[in-house]
Amino acid sequence: MATNGTEFESVRTVSVVRHYRLGRSLIPAVDGVSLAAGRGEFIALLGASGSGKSTLLNLIAGLDRPDSGAIVVEGSDLATMTSEQLAQYRRHTVGMVFQSFNLVPTMTLYENVELPMRFAEVKRKERRARVTEALERVGLSDRMKHRPSEMSGGEQQRAALARALANRPKLLLADEPTGNLDSKTGTEIMDLIRELNRTLEMTVIMVTHERSLAERYANRLVFLGDGKLVGESINELEKIGAAR
Amino acid sequence: MRAYDLIELAGRNLREAGLRNSLTTLGIGVGVASLVAMLSLGIGLQKLATRQLGRSGLFDTVVVTSRQDSRGPRFAQAAPVTAQTKPLDDVARHNFEQMANVAEVYPNFSAVGDVRLETDKTGNHFTVVGTLPQSARTGEAFDDVQGSFFSSGTAEEAIILGDFGRDLLNLPREPRGTDVKLTPDQANQLLGKYIVLRYHKREAGESAPLAGNTTKKGQADPDDVDSGDDIKAEDAQSFNLVPKTLKLKIVGIVSSEPNRGLRQGRTPMFLPLQLAESLDMVQAGELWSTLRPSENKTYIALIVRVAKSKAVSQVEDEIRKQGFSTFSILDASKGITRFFTFLDLFLGIFGSLALAVASLGIVNTLVMAILERRREIGIMKALGASDGDVKRIFFVEAGSMGILGGALGAGLGWTIGRAINFATNIYLQRQDIKPENFWVVPIWLVAAALGFSVFVSMFAGLYPASRAAKLDPVQALRHD
Repeated sequence: MATNGTEFESVRTVSVVRHYRLGRSLIPAVDGVSLAAGRGEFIALLGASGSGKSTLLNLIAGLDRPDSGAIVVEGSDLATMTSEQLAQYRRHTVGMVFQSFNLVPTMTLYENVELPMRFAEVKRKERRARVTEALERVGLSDRMKHRPSEMSGGEQQRAALARALANRPKLLLADEPTGNLDSKTGTEIMDLIRELNRTLEMTVIMVTHERSLAERYANRLVFLGDGKLVGESINELEKIGAAR
Repeated sequence: MRAYDLIELAGRNLREAGLRNSLTTLGIGVGVASLVAMLSLGIGLQKLATRQLGRSGLFDTVVVTSRQDSRGPRFAQAAPVTAQTKPLDDVARHNFEQMANVAEVYPNFSAVGDVRLETDKTGNHFTVVGTLPQSARTGEAFDDVQGSFFSSGTAEEAIILGDFGRDLLNLPREPRGTDVKLTPDQANQLLGKYIVLRYHKREAGESAPLAGNTTKKGQADPDDVDSGDDIKAEDAQSFNLVPKTLKLKIVGIVSSEPNRGLRQGRTPMFLPLQLAESLDMVQAGELWSTLRPSENKTYIALIVRVAKSKAVSQVEDEIRKQGFSTFSILDASKGITRFFTFLDLFLGIFGSLALAVASLGIVNTLVMAILERRREIGIMKALGASDGDVKRIFFVEAGSMGILGGALGAGLGWTIGRAINFATNIYLQRQDIKPENFWVVPIWLVAAALGFSVFVSMFAGLYPASRAAKLDPVQALRHD
């Protein structure tokens, strides 16, 4: 279901290369990866640490720029964008969650979820409605005034998900979202991500090194090794199509 | 990002590291305070100096004398007598009055007469009588006037010096030329009382009947015993000297002589200008002209008061072109202005040093903040903050410290100035010197200090802000 035509395509990378300079040598973190993700698809990027999966995710997130190749998201090529356009893209098209949650510790839950809307210049009245809506969706509407330090890891990651939803992005990028959680809470978070993927028709690209997790939730598994695409498998067990 | 979001984010960041930012802000405050204090001292001293000089009546004044006679004040400039010389008469006076930037023109008037208290039949005091224009009211001599200034330019009133008051009351004399302030009790014995002035009127034309005149006056004022004081006209062709008497009410007593710089000798009694002019009193310097017939009334010297002290030289030039000698102390005032410009500059540089040090504090604080908020900056960028947004947040933080520090500093500087002023004045009063306001904090200085502080802070924020903006979000968010 993933590759039936460009109008259903959300993300396409074409021979993306990203090198890092380490002392005198050049490390090819991502070395010519071509990958496409259809709208509403749930892709898991798998690989050992140092395989380049996080670098690829950062490139798709617009936090980093490729040295060569193209990254086309929703019709526009990130490689040609100015940094202001990239910021615009991160603001409106992408939502991100991280292994270490990355909530601002000095802000309350409400303020954390509100933060991306400040950059997107959403009006104050609308912000309140959207924060409430996003927090309801992740089941944290009663914790608005709490700071991240007063919340469990699972709650923090749910808060991060709510924040990622605030600007209603089309693409959710998750970098080891369960890496800092126990398996029970990890499952809860993954259920939540799948629910968002289904009900909001968000394209999800998730970096993980847990194959079992990927097999349970993603409908396509992409394997990276040494910055290159080394394998791909459509997940037969996943019944997303049937559920729709 | 919208302005209120920017300010809100910057504000919460400032509060987050409250102690550090308060100390930095305090540093700015101290810097601004030292700048404000230094400059207000300079401004205050300058104002004090120009006020003192300005109120001496010298700095906006041009003394005009005729080139054709030498009877004028000694300070008249020696000028070659040319064919152009004109008499200093009413025509000339009118011309001066019509000039641009001229506030008023009045004669330098000095007559002599006998003065006594109305109630004191015996004690005649021979004295010099001067005049004061209504504008003299603001002069420094009237700071501690007992009584008041003339009610009008034509009122039959007199203002006397304190030591002359003692003479009138037949009290022992103080050493000559010292400023005497009467006790309230002594002043009350004089204020509102009448004095009788005996003088000589200059009457043009042929043989005025002296006797008749005196009789008339005698009827009006029977107390005046005018005995054989008749002065025969030296030259009936020019004018006659007619003795007259006039009753004047004492309205004010001053301890120092008003507009002292313009006169020679001591003038212990003053009449309103218009009144004195209408009296046609024979003036002190006019004895010489009694020997020289002249058709018109001429002045010994005219005093031209200029509206702005800047225009003095222009007015002076114009009058000289018309063929008169002039005198002013313009050059002295130019020198004073230059001196104070240097003083202000010097004080300003000293004051700014503290502010410069404080601005390093801002740089330090914000660079620290970048290190601390590295991850937060990364998060903001991941959530869609542009480089410009991050830069502006840091900029607003720096600016806020500048505004707060500036306000604090302006207040502090003002308070310090007040305190020093207060303490110094207590000291001056102990030394029996009149207290002076030598510490002036004008509103423009406060505004400028605030603006300068914000500018310096923003400038200090330039480097941290651009460094924060350039932070690589991938590096900042790396979890290790």
